[in-house]
Amino acid sequence: METMIETDLLIIGAGPTGLFTVFEAGLLKMKCHLIDSLPQPGGQLAEIYPKKPIYDIPGYPVVMAGELVDNLMEQIAPFNPGFTLGESAATIEKREDGKFIVTTDKGTQHLAPSVAIAGGLGVFTPRKPPIEGLSAYENKGVDYIIKDPEKFRDQRVVISGGGDSALDWTIFLADVAKEVSLVHRRNSFRGHLDSVDKVHALAEAGKVKLITNAEVKDVAGDEGVESVLIKSKEHGELSLECDYWLPLFGLTPTLGPIADWGLEIEKNSIVVDNATDYRTNIEGIYAIGDVNTYPGKLKLILCGFHEATIMVQSAFKRAFPDKKLSFKYTTVMGGVGSLE
Amino acid sequence: MSADINITVIDREGVPHELVAPTDMNMNLMEVCKSYELPVKGTCGGMAMCASCHCYLESDHELKEASDDEEDMLDQAFFVEDNSRLGCQIFMHPKLEGLTVTLAPESE
Repeated sequence: METMIETDLLIIGAGPTGLFTVFEAGLLKMKCHLIDSLPQPGGQLAEIYPKKPIYDIPGYPVVMAGELVDNLMEQIAPFNPGFTLGESAATIEKREDGKFIVTTDKGTQHLAPSVAIAGGLGVFTPRKPPIEGLSAYENKGVDYIIKDPEKFRDQRVVISGGGDSALDWTIFLADVAKEVSLVHRRNSFRGHLDSVDKVHALAEAGKVKLITNAEVKDVAGDEGVESVLIKSKEHGELSLECDYWLPLFGLTPTLGPIADWGLEIEKNSIVVDNATDYRTNIEGIYAIGDVNTYPGKLKLILCGFHEATIMVQSAFKRAFPDKKLSFKYTTVMGGVGSLE
Repeated sequence: MSADINITVIDREGVPHELVAPTDMNMNLMEVCKSYELPVKGTCGGMAMCASCHCYLESDHELKEASDDEEDMLDQAFFVEDNSRLGCQIFMHPKLEGLTVTLAPESE
């Protein structure tokens, strides 16, 4: 078996709350490791709204979401956190000694005395069109994420969506696939102007079939995708023969496998005890930030920071049961250098 | 000073809910629905970034035209119709007295 990643506190979710947890744990000389399904740290701030301004971070009249993530990364750098990125926490197992083994969807194993779930809205997964029986076609002609574009060589491909992802793949596959059709709900596309222009140019050159004011309503085929049914506002329903359909409608968060870990869940959030240390119903597992709920809960970054700070005091006692914990102000420490 | 309006939200089972909404609190329709515990998630908190508050405008109120952000998000939503809007982009205003909307079906 591969070696396990060992740490004092395992944090699931590398959004702002998860990142700041590293700082507060670091002040107590605890080592942290973070798991996140996204390929970069920052959670929804990095993935959904990096360019949006945030106005309620104390001390910052305004800060861009992406900038806040950069600052948090700088703030926690002295504590050398470990990262398992692009993998989502799949299973958890409690050993006899009370420590947890968390295994990701790619098989990476982590061992820690405490687990802090800072999962925010959950794992970002592709938005799937609500077509009955669609799951039967997944990996049989329906792909939501394109990993190997070579498989579309000389194939007939239908792409749905109006964003950058749909536009970029339309442009790329125009030279690879035998036939590319782009189906979109409106006439206009969001996404980079440059990409929009390119797609229009490809359509005029006859290299891409542009079907706007339309959407794919159904998929047909015995073994795999053989055709899609397109409903057009102007032309009614038409069937288009193809080998692949790529619905590219962006990502949406779902709680994911954590929902099956035996935690008490209420309205898609993990119930915690806010009077103590944000513990869940399983001893040693905490939940902080947007993923948790308790009476009076507010889903704010600054509340996540507070919750993380309280929580690490409790996690410290689990990591080092024999050590005394003394609380110090960072100003008294003269910076965090002495802790590195 | 009466700052409240009456609106109707028809849920996904077709049941109409008569709601009283304040117009002086900068509230949007998604927030009003949540405050009445109607099944609207409002995942993104009102940034027009999730479409979980997707609804259909049933009354003939003239709403402010959808912004690019709202249209972009509707591009990623399903069950979109000509009268589709995001509840989080509809702000409560005295002119919206009698507003009626239906919640769009939920999708994964």
